[in-house]
Amino acid sequence: MADSCGAPEQGAALPANVDAGKEIVLNGKVTSGGEPVGGAFVRLLDSTGEFTAEVVSSAAGDFRFFAAPGEWTVRALHRNGNGEAKVNADGPGLHEVAVAVG
Amino acid sequence: MSREDVLVTAQWAEENLETPGVVFVEVDEDASAYDTGHIPGAVKVDWRQDLQDPVRRDFVDRAGFEKLLSARGIGNDDTVVLYGGNNNWFAAYAYWYFKLYGHESVKLLDGGRKKWELDGRPLSADPVSRPETTYSAKEQDLSLRAFRDEAVAAINTKNLVDVRSPDEFSGKLSAPAHLPQEQAQVKGHIPSAINVPWSKAANEDGTFKSNDELRELYQEAGLDEGKATVAYCRIGERSSHTWFALHELLGYEDVKNYDGSWTEYGSLVGVPVEIGA
Repeated sequence: MADSCGAPEQGAALPANVDAGKEIVLNGKVTSGGEPVGGAFVRLLDSTGEFTAEVVSSAAGDFRFFAAPGEWTVRALHRNGNGEAKVNADGPGLHEVAVAVG
Repeated sequence: MSREDVLVTAQWAEENLETPGVVFVEVDEDASAYDTGHIPGAVKVDWRQDLQDPVRRDFVDRAGFEKLLSARGIGNDDTVVLYGGNNNWFAAYAYWYFKLYGHESVKLLDGGRKKWELDGRPLSADPVSRPETTYSAKEQDLSLRAFRDEAVAAINTKNLVDVRSPDEFSGKLSAPAHLPQEQAQVKGHIPSAINVPWSKAANEDGTFKSNDELRELYQEAGLDEGKATVAYCRIGERSSHTWFALHELLGYEDVKNYDGSWTEYGSLVGVPVEIGA
């Protein structure tokens, strides 16, 4: 992963090399009508609405970002509809966020 | 050169899937997406396995590029249409390789996989094989490629465009926010660089903004049209995206991609580094 800019595999379990005690991890799921949505384009926007990063949700709808402290918006795009949710990450650890699309 | 010469719409692509002489190529860092479904008839190029040198920090040489394209059934006269995930980052990187090695007709699919999927266009998991060709590449066109000494020499003399996110530019983060942050290189940016994140050149669906919007974007950020430009990011693929916008869409003449980018520059001993916005 060290010199990669591509999207790592998304999943609920943290990779072994990630220390949630030091990093701010935004962890979440994309759903529609309560069902997980895989293959959604999940975009992390900063407090001014500026794009920061994007991943594709896993088959189980999971996504993850590593962020700096702050207010973030997570926006998901899917051919069946879009949706977004806000999350306030004030310090290191796991921050959960759920996004409904449709 | 007009926009239509370098960029095709998803609609055009779908109408030309069977057109002789047009080869669709999916380029990704993670090639598993291709295997689960790709544009019908498209061949696969794996950025890491096919386009990077397996040992040295460099990309595939001329002979390696010839071997790859021959094996994929791409001829010198074919029109190559590149697309991929990650808003076409690696497809744009591959586009730059194709130009570097002198391929005549190469285009990007505007919006890449994302636009294609958001439109609900067809994907196929069928294996694709094309008859092998004998591809002949040219020597690298180094007018498109900047090396580290040129990046240092560009400080305060050329446009340096850092296309990473604002937090990477200022030194808060050392990698994009979807990746773990531990890295060997220092954080920050090359002094005198302007920060125009690659994403500002793209719409939400991954397509490029219009030429008018792009021109205004770079002018407002302080790009001097009268000067040569060096674009960089972390590993050179996001800056290929911006290189495409500046050189291929806007037609600025002297624009180079610094593919060593921050992983190289941020590891150099003794070079100046600036932090903060």
